[in-house]
Amino acid sequence: MLALREVSKSFGAVRALREVSLDLAPGEAHALAGENGAGKSTLVKILSGVHRPDGGTLLLDGAPVEFHGPADAQAAGVAVIYQEPTLFPDLSVAENIFMGRHPRRSFGRVDRRAMRTRALDLFARLGVPLDPARPARGLSIADQQLVEIAKALSRDARVLVMDEPTAALSGPEVARLFGVARSLRDQGCAVLFVSHRLDEMFALCRRVTTLRDGAVVATDLLADLTPDDLVRRMVGRDLAALFPKQPAAPGEVALKVERLTREGVFTDVSFEVRAGEIAALAGLVGAGRSEVARAVFGVDRRDAGSVHVGGRRLRGGSPTEAMAAGVALVPEDRRQQGLVMDLSIERNIGLTNLRWGLLSRAAERARAADWAIRLQVKYAGLTDAVTVLSGGNQQKVVLAKWLARRPRVLIVDEPTRGIDVGTKAEVHRLLSELAAEGLAVLMISSELPEVLGMADRVLVMHEGRLVADLPRAEASEERVVAAATGRPA
Amino acid sequence: MRADRWETLVVALLAAATVAASFGVDGFANGSNVAFLLLDVTEIALMALTMTLVVVAAEIDLSVASTLGLCCAVLGRLWTAGLPIETIMPICLVTGALAGALNGLLVTRLGLPSLAVTIGTFALYRGLAYVVLGDQAVADLPPAYTSLATQAIGPIPLMTLLVAVLAVAAGILLHATGLGRAITALGANEEAAYFAGIRVRRIKFWLFVASGAMAGLASLVFTFRYASARADNGVGLELAVVAAVLLGGVSIFGGRGTLAGVVAAVLLLAVVRNALILADVANEVLNVVTGVLLVASVLAPNLKVRLERKPVQ
Repeated sequence: MLALREVSKSFGAVRALREVSLDLAPGEAHALAGENGAGKSTLVKILSGVHRPDGGTLLLDGAPVEFHGPADAQAAGVAVIYQEPTLFPDLSVAENIFMGRHPRRSFGRVDRRAMRTRALDLFARLGVPLDPARPARGLSIADQQLVEIAKALSRDARVLVMDEPTAALSGPEVARLFGVARSLRDQGCAVLFVSHRLDEMFALCRRVTTLRDGAVVATDLLADLTPDDLVRRMVGRDLAALFPKQPAAPGEVALKVERLTREGVFTDVSFEVRAGEIAALAGLVGAGRSEVARAVFGVDRRDAGSVHVGGRRLRGGSPTEAMAAGVALVPEDRRQQGLVMDLSIERNIGLTNLRWGLLSRAAERARAADWAIRLQVKYAGLTDAVTVLSGGNQQKVVLAKWLARRPRVLIVDEPTRGIDVGTKAEVHRLLSELAAEGLAVLMISSELPEVLGMADRVLVMHEGRLVADLPRAEASEERVVAAATGRPA
Repeated sequence: MRADRWETLVVALLAAATVAASFGVDGFANGSNVAFLLLDVTEIALMALTMTLVVVAAEIDLSVASTLGLCCAVLGRLWTAGLPIETIMPICLVTGALAGALNGLLVTRLGLPSLAVTIGTFALYRGLAYVVLGDQAVADLPPAYTSLATQAIGPIPLMTLLVAVLAVAAGILLHATGLGRAITALGANEEAAYFAGIRVRRIKFWLFVASGAMAGLASLVFTFRYASARADNGVGLELAVVAAVLLGGVSIFGGRGTLAGVVAAVLLLAVVRNALILADVANEVLNVVTGVLLVASVLAPNLKVRLERKPVQ
């Protein structure tokens, strides 16, 4: 029905998809598997018309098509259900379903009665009791997804793409969603199911296509696979010597986190990081890793538990306090949290060293220059705005800003996301050197090779809990993935 | 920084307007007119200094003129009650600071937008002023202070020296201290500033307190200058203050602006106004000219950015 033929897509230097081919058949549910960053989201965005492929073709019923935007994809019968749908909260459920295509009466008035009847029809087909008249505000995520599915049905969608729809759902809600997906499949829709949860793929789908580093590894019948086979397909790759972590003798405990809890986000997280050690915090997107880092640094409050840095207990809730104790956080969102984009390189680096009194511009510049040179930031002038730098160089500025404080504990959240391979290797070498100098590093990363290459210890989180603490020797790809997906190792 | 050019333009406009008025308008270029011009703009200038800091921090305080009115009313009330003026003056400053603190609390603790909060307190503080003093005007103020407020050394009023000293202090604070850098950073990107350990809420709170206290100081100047404490003192001044700040090149979105630009803009608006009044131009035209200057000031930096930023795909 809908097929991809050798589709490629690059973002700058990053090749997100490489000659990916995929066939979606009517009446079949197809799973898309792969690690974070394997290219699943990019593929979904190509199907939904958000991105256009650089190469390759999309075939609809055998004929090549081009989607110039989401509207084209919708017109072609492709509907995407996202993890968190975006409805208009103040409009009714029925109005949301028919947004932009409301049934009309004379003089262009909206025909509310027809809208209601048709919405009720759709919900009857889906077998769910939702009131079309109620406002969308306050619907659970599961119900919002059903509204999206009803919207798709009202447009006669033939291809239903579900992008990690179950991440925020409870058990019964998942069962209900699967019921709906199965009945659509049986009515002749093609379903593409993107998920991290292997058991769900096995429960719903017939075939699975596995992506790794943007390329298709294999397309298999799920009946022929065991979950372990699938994990091997997702991760099995050479661990090149790209990540040169020098062995360092771990010193004393620099960061000690005990039973840290933030309600509804993460629970009972305890771990230690020693001086000279790189501990990686692995897990799926949404497992609560960044949230733990934010709570340790004091950006977010914590509900229970304690954090000690160098033996000193942090009261929490204040980045200023954490910084004074020697903690630094290189956040996940570089442009929004890491940098003030309007300010110059030197002022960004200077931000972590502000005092109350008069500033010495010379000292500020010298400090910035020191670290910019040490990290090999490529810049024309220190007074340039950071906007002109490449992503990798921006990340180096963020690192410089924190390293200039000479921290005792460095937390880096996705330190190499979206930066080119060369800079990535530089960042890895730098982290390794810093650890060798006695810095304690807590590294959050969604890239398994990075985790396994860099980390002395791998901490794995699953759904808000720390489920594994593996020393380097025991940390294999299979074990980390198994723990991250919530299966017993 | 990009904003520099705009400020240069404001200074050039100020120079041009001054020269044009000196030659083209009778009575502009004499000592007493200059002194009057400078004195007349004292309250606006004072409040514009703290307003600059507030706007650079991506907030706004529209209640300053009402705070000024409230402080005037407090002054009048306590004076008629027989308190010594030396006791009343610090009370006025504290009243202003408290008014600012309420703004600051509402903005930083409840997370309300300062635009909405200070429109509310704009009405609230003016209302309180009437509650405190009613419709009466208190005029029998001590001559020592009323003459001090209008005294001049040559053509330079004493109060202008006060403004100058405070302007230099505010300029140093904004442009040469860590606090100033923090204000700029949090105005440009509050989240990144918070992640860098800057105490965003605390700084914002104290900026509102400073803004209120400055309105309290301006209320003293206003009352003594006109020798009259009334609840409606300074009605409408907040617009002149905000106008000067924006014309001075401070970005309404925060993170950008210089004190020199604002001081130049305060003077530019004063010179234009004074010259037009001397030239017997109708009041309506006067407002039109001020309005055009303002719109231009908001528009020009935007146009410039648009021209500079080619679409990036």
